[in-house]
Amino acid sequence: MPDAPGLELILAEINRTESGAVIDTSFDREQASLVVDATKVISVLTWLKETPGQEYTFLSSVHGVDYYPNTPRFAVHYELLNRERYERLRVKALLADPAAQGAGEADIAPVAAVPAEDVMSGSPAHDQLPHLASCVDLFPTAEFQEREVYDFFGVFFDGHPDMRRILMPDDYVGWPQRRDFPVGGEPVIFTKDEIASPGWWQ
Amino acid sequence: MSDLEPALRDEGLTATALKEELAERMPGATIELEAEQEMMTVNMGPHHPATHGVLRLIVDLEGEVVKDLKPVVGYVHTGIEKSCETMNYWKVIPFVERMDYLGYFSNMESYCGAVEKLIDLEIPRRAQYLRVLHLELNRLHSHLVWLGTSALDLGAMGVYFYCFRDRDRVLDIFEMSTGQRMHTRYFQIGGVAEDIPTGFEQKVREMIVTLNTGIDQYEALLDRNEIFLMRTKDIGVVSRERLLELGVTGPLLRASGEAWDLRKEEDYLTYDEMDFDVPVGTVGDGYDRYRVRLTEMRESLKIIEQCLDGMPEGPWISDDRKYVLPPRAELSTSMESLIHHFKLVTEGFRVAPGEIYNPVESPRGELGCFILADGSSKPARVHFREPSFVNLQALRDMTIGEYVADLIQTLAMLDPILGGIDR
Repeated sequence: MPDAPGLELILAEINRTESGAVIDTSFDREQASLVVDATKVISVLTWLKETPGQEYTFLSSVHGVDYYPNTPRFAVHYELLNRERYERLRVKALLADPAAQGAGEADIAPVAAVPAEDVMSGSPAHDQLPHLASCVDLFPTAEFQEREVYDFFGVFFDGHPDMRRILMPDDYVGWPQRRDFPVGGEPVIFTKDEIASPGWWQ
Repeated sequence: MSDLEPALRDEGLTATALKEELAERMPGATIELEAEQEMMTVNMGPHHPATHGVLRLIVDLEGEVVKDLKPVVGYVHTGIEKSCETMNYWKVIPFVERMDYLGYFSNMESYCGAVEKLIDLEIPRRAQYLRVLHLELNRLHSHLVWLGTSALDLGAMGVYFYCFRDRDRVLDIFEMSTGQRMHTRYFQIGGVAEDIPTGFEQKVREMIVTLNTGIDQYEALLDRNEIFLMRTKDIGVVSRERLLELGVTGPLLRASGEAWDLRKEEDYLTYDEMDFDVPVGTVGDGYDRYRVRLTEMRESLKIIEQCLDGMPEGPWISDDRKYVLPPRAELSTSMESLIHHFKLVTEGFRVAPGEIYNPVESPRGELGCFILADGSSKPARVHFREPSFVNLQALRDMTIGEYVADLIQTLAMLDPILGGIDR
């Protein structure tokens, strides 16, 4: 595991070739992580995978995180692993919420209601989503996991071969793992209730 | 021949008729035509006995050969990760247990270990031993269910009955130590819920003897079984490099020759003190996957035996009152304990802000738990890197170009647990 000085060295190395790619490092509870500029995440991942002496060739996990109410709000974490040395390194790409731009912190809520079918290139709702470059070409294992991040957080991965929802139904509306998405019931349509009050579910 | 062929095809001749026609018009020419096959898209599942759960596969077939395959998942998605965010840290345990319903101890270990790392809590040695013991019993249980159902897919019904008979012996042990047969909620933050009862050790030792014979019997039934060999040998082979690219871990990866086991690599519990081997395959076909899992069961039995031999005395749960419930007997005598008990049950404990990723080796591969703590008594994010979910991506590579009948076998050898995939 790279320790705090080791992380600083990695930061300096990457920023020499790709200026401003790594913003910050942290070493907390024996786990190392790099905070990177979201637009340069692919070059950082490529560097970590291919540079001799680094060789983080195995991607364990990709997951989304919502730091609400902090800003930048979203993050996509890449848990990298070097199997020879058994070293893990987390790369965090921080993403601002485009829907909150210009609006006060208090009224961020409407992002939960972006219809899924509107999320196509060019439509207004598409601009409301945070974007990130897909790393499927670099790590094929990310295919399902990026779809999962998209499904739950509405982070759109540009260049992903099949950017659709994966666990939620295709026609689902909203991004359920966001912190401002309420845990709530959906009406269950029982035929027995129809007799007492017709059309109660509408 | 080439200029004649399209014209004749337009007349709507079948491949055989076309061949005869061409032979007649051009005597002496060698004619090689691929038999005409219609591409057909077949939907398998979501309710299908061979998909081991609610998995839907959209398969493109040319004749009987699989040309493309798309898994569709999410039918048993229950929002476990979302629900975890609404619960205190200690109340999350029963939720996460129910994801991968055959590897519930692994789920608990992944989660509890992550929380223990977050709050920097050392667990007593006896608790570590008890955890290892139960994790390995659980691996045994999971592999037994896998072996039974996979053999059933290939028509070996007897193996299914024998496996479920032996699986019941493992469940009996769980019932004895934890009170439940499945979803035991045995691991607590700080240790385990209860000490093992008297007579437990003897019962486990009896089980080890029975299961060793049991595994011999499965081997006798399957190892040289003509049908089983023909159905599994050289089927579903994917190269080791490709499997690593796809993020595949666990017995699937080991079957292709990569000795990768987190019990050896990651430093958790007392696995570094245990003497066990990591079985690997050579070819990476269905037969190797079967052999690797069967050998793993023997290794698990070895670990269980070592746990019993080396079981230290002492407390089975940490005595840190900030995180662990005080013993029941103390409540009537100590005001202090009563307050701690009340605070822990109602509010739970607070965890300082931080992030953790805790991987363990589940029966299916690397099971990682990511927790984001925001300083409150509830986690801000709980995510599981589910081995079944990631491994399922390899199914396409394993089946393209193979027969649809082998797809069933390959899927069985993949051992996906849909509860874990969908969460």
